[in-house]
Amino acid sequence: MAETKPSVWKKITSNRLFLPVVCLLVVLLINVIRTPAFFQISIRNGVLYGYIVDVVNRASELVILAVGMTLVTAASGGQDISVGAVMAVAAAVCCQILSGGKVTTNAFQNPLLLAIVAALAASALCGAFNGFLVARLKIQPMVATLILFTAGRGIAQLVTQGQITYVRVGTYQVIGGYIASCPIPTPIFIAIGTALLVYLVLNKTALGLSIESVGINGSASRLVGLNSTMIQFLTYVLCGLLAGVAGIVASSRIYSADANNIGLNLEMDAILAVALGGNFLGGGKFSLMGSVIGAFTIQALTTTLYAMNVSGDQLPVYKAIAVVIIVTLQSPVFQEFLKARKVRRRRTAEGGSCG
Amino acid sequence: MNQKILLTMKDISKSFPGVLALQHVQFTLRKGEIHALMGENGAGKSTLIKVLTGVYQLESGEIRMDGAARPIVNHSPQEAQANGISTVYQEVNLCPNLTVAENLFLGREPRRFGMIDWKTMNRKSEALLKSLEIPVAPAAMLEECSLAIQQMIAIARAVDMRCKVLILDEPTSSLDDDEVEKLFALMRKLKAEGVGILFVTHFLEQVYAVCDRITVLRNGGFVGEYETKDLPRVMLVAKMLGKDLDDLAEIKSAHSEHRFEEEKVPVISARQLGHRGTIKPFDLDIRKGEVVGLTGLLGSGRSEMVRVLYGADRPDCGKLMVRGRKAKISKPLDAMKLGMGYLPENRQRDGIIAELSVRENIIIALQAKRGMCRLMSRREMDEAADRYIDLLQIKTAGRETPVKSLSGGNQQKVIIGRWLLTHPDYLILDEPTRGIDIGTKTAIQKLVLSLADQGMAVTFISAEVEEMLRTCSRMLVLRDGRKVGELSGDELNQETVMQTIAGGGEDDG
Repeated sequence: MAETKPSVWKKITSNRLFLPVVCLLVVLLINVIRTPAFFQISIRNGVLYGYIVDVVNRASELVILAVGMTLVTAASGGQDISVGAVMAVAAAVCCQILSGGKVTTNAFQNPLLLAIVAALAASALCGAFNGFLVARLKIQPMVATLILFTAGRGIAQLVTQGQITYVRVGTYQVIGGYIASCPIPTPIFIAIGTALLVYLVLNKTALGLSIESVGINGSASRLVGLNSTMIQFLTYVLCGLLAGVAGIVASSRIYSADANNIGLNLEMDAILAVALGGNFLGGGKFSLMGSVIGAFTIQALTTTLYAMNVSGDQLPVYKAIAVVIIVTLQSPVFQEFLKARKVRRRRTAEGGSCG
Repeated sequence: MNQKILLTMKDISKSFPGVLALQHVQFTLRKGEIHALMGENGAGKSTLIKVLTGVYQLESGEIRMDGAARPIVNHSPQEAQANGISTVYQEVNLCPNLTVAENLFLGREPRRFGMIDWKTMNRKSEALLKSLEIPVAPAAMLEECSLAIQQMIAIARAVDMRCKVLILDEPTSSLDDDEVEKLFALMRKLKAEGVGILFVTHFLEQVYAVCDRITVLRNGGFVGEYETKDLPRVMLVAKMLGKDLDDLAEIKSAHSEHRFEEEKVPVISARQLGHRGTIKPFDLDIRKGEVVGLTGLLGSGRSEMVRVLYGADRPDCGKLMVRGRKAKISKPLDAMKLGMGYLPENRQRDGIIAELSVRENIIIALQAKRGMCRLMSRREMDEAADRYIDLLQIKTAGRETPVKSLSGGNQQKVIIGRWLLTHPDYLILDEPTRGIDIGTKTAIQKLVLSLADQGMAVTFISAEVEEMLRTCSRMLVLRDGRKVGELSGDELNQETVMQTIAGGGEDDG
């Protein structure tokens, strides 16, 4: 067979981000057909307004969670299912400090910075607990994080003493709203900033390579001098910390700490985002960008369904159908099938020209 | 000879992106013969087998089986099995937590009223095991059997599924001599029953012990088919390497001139170092430029000894001095920082990081040594990878190729490159030549000697005594987790080494 230079098209299709991007585009395309105004962006009351802005804005928490979930998945070959609950813990800690223990407040009782640092510390601690169980005690990630998955919201309730704590202060709502007269929602900045920061940390230090190495072969990684336990532990701490960031954003949106609802079922979306991004859930090589795209896909899907007037109760059904289709498209068996079909076609084409 | 032909593979070609793995290869297997498939790593043996068993699809050529009117095409190992072609790999693909009988009948259990008929299954298993003279009870758990028995069970399973062609892909790599002999007995028995056996091995002695014919491949091409009795060893090696010079002899002469300097302070000096349960306390000194061999039977503690030195297992008694200074090694990184490198015995499990690229596999140890925050620049990585791909002649499509797609010998070279890049003073090589072709073997042996000439201290472990005699200036013999002897100078000959390994007599206590 003659050596042909890989064409630009082939280069694009063989990129591991190709399919996640296609999936996102398909979802967006359906939107445009159903709702022609989907990509319209207007300015109302001095802020950007439109479906697409809403998708990107609403996806922020999911993007942040997906980044953390990617790292955990890559290093330990398992998922952290406690992130939703950890979000609630962070929100509870943050609001409780701001309100000074009261159920509702109209002015900060403690500095905002203190509240945020404390909330992040609490979520990092949750991550450290998970990390200890998984990395040190070698408990299966699903089982280890199940503990906080069930207990997390209870802890959050304990922190808020069973109440929904309200922080009715304009400055707090900036995190989930808008900065001064900037028309772009703040969560978008936070999500992009977080993803970028993590990306830089992974690629400017050896952490990215180490995580992949540990995820692929822990035993060999130890023998080349990597501290497998420490690296796995770190990813869980990071995942917890990022869940904390997402929790603060989510709580600022509703200027309260609703322990029962903040981040509810979001851990499953985060895992799905990682999978949709073309990442192997068994660990090893990963793509942060893929997970981010996956997160946007999921949010676009949710918004689409809402735009199509699907009620919230039925939403999961349609979402499930869409997910099945996307996951099938990306499955290795289906990919093989496509490849085989292409080869067959080329063969028949060649045979035709000969005869 | 007038034997009936069982299987013909004609003009088989197969290519992978950038490589022609097989070009017009022929292979013929007759009824009741043991046919060796020989070649260096990357010669195409594995590819040929995978094409035959349907793991890969062939691009051109045809496969014909006796009794089938048309050429057969296998799309999967299951289909191959249905066509009468079974494979037993070096790593046994059975379930260790099931019994022998369950493994034999897995997926085709005899049933009664829809339930598994345990009685019949055990009875049939017993009969099968007895007919093949495999000394094991049907109710024994597979994991309790030795590796050789497990392999025989895998063969028994294949035989019972009416295979006409049995492929044995390096079944002897992890067996000791006794076990190999038992396996051979089984192979001869099957041969007598008319099964055609395709046998892949790297051990020349084994080829001459059991095989009737030899097919040699080189660089994906077909070299020839020979009757074993007509092809002397030297000729076989020459055919496999594609050159006539006797590399092995060359090494030997190089070795006799090789002398290391006596240094006052040993690079490595262990005193009563040990690890409970694996290796009893031992003393060991290794000097600059010295190649020290560790030998003994499987499980004698030779691998465990180096694991303790390297910190892979944390020693629980004794002390270790590195270049005269007391060293505290509790993890591999500590050992690396003291200038050690360690090529582990099990390449797949402890060596390669499969999905990472050749480049990443080469630089990972140096990167880990430098620390998390000091990432090597991309240029530095590329240069390092290219240098060792070139120096060790690693056959790879490129430095970004995943290491898992390389052949075994080339993977091993990648790991050697990984350690050379860290510039160690003391390099531990645990079975660096296992499952590797002769060409790479000699290359590695030469490399070890030249490293020692440059002043590196090396510990070399190999199952082949001959190989160690060629490379080592001193040998330690282990038995049952204990150091039982140290040989050097004139004592370094096959006979003395064997006797020391076997022990017996005087001071066996």
